Amino acid sequence: MTAQQIIFLIVALYTLGSALMVVTTRNLVHAALWLVSTLFGVAVAYALLNANFIAVVQVVVYIGAIAILFIFAVMLTRKDMRDAGPQMNSNWWAGALVAVLVFGGLTSLLSGWSGFQNTAAALPSGFDAISLLGESLTSPEAFVLPFEVASVLLLAALVGAVYVAFNKK
Amino acid sequence: MVPLSWYLIFAAALFSIGLFGVLVRRNAIAILLGVELMLNAVNINLVAFWRYGEALAMTGQVFAVIVFAVAAAEVSVGLALVISVYRRRNTVVADELDMLKW
Repeated sequence: MTAQQIIFLIVALYTLGSALMVVTTRNLVHAALWLVSTLFGVAVAYALLNANFIAVVQVVVYIGAIAILFIFAVMLTRKDMRDAGPQMNSNWWAGALVAVLVFGGLTSLLSGWSGFQNTAAALPSGFDAISLLGESLTSPEAFVLPFEVASVLLLAALVGAVYVAFNKK
Repeated sequence: MVPLSWYLIFAAALFSIGLFGVLVRRNAIAILLGVELMLNAVNINLVAFWRYGEALAMTGQVFAVIVFAVAAAEVSVGLALVISVYRRRNTVVADELDMLKW
């Protein structure tokens, strides 16, 4: 087993453990903090995949913006069900069963695929992922249209969030 | 080198944990936390397929960036909805939000 495999296993176990804490812990502020820990683990997984820019975006956007938004929302609605009463549905075992079945189904489906055991080819020397990504996001032959649509979507979400959460009084 | 299967199984496990959270949690914000876990699992898959497929075509990373934008939009609108509902109904428990049910 190589060093990279050991690092991957540690990161994966840490991430999955944090994710389990996100869905099971009773205190929602703690759940949001466990989400931050999970997102850090995923960022490390991106770095292991040589996707450095995506790893940085994960830290900036997910941990810096989305997780903080979650913590604010938890604090704004905290009076309700503060650590009292059950945090899960009464038929949580059915949800657990569905989750286990989905995991088993996905793995058995993927293990039948011929490329399942692929290993990565070495990146060419002088490979510059960031400039390639920037070119493909702005080139008309590539993905400039989805890129612009995403910016319109963000604007619509901004207007919608302000409108929905705005207090008329 | 880590084979592709490890990343796919890791992402499938993360997706299932997120699905469990979405299905069983009663608090609407906790349900959104589960959705975030599922979106992250999908992103791991996209980046892994980029790395193990044709790395020179940046398709997987572009998809991951778009998923980031969609996730940010989803969370901002979702949390605004939760806060708005909390203001009117004084609850964030998903079972008690039955205004559309009759």
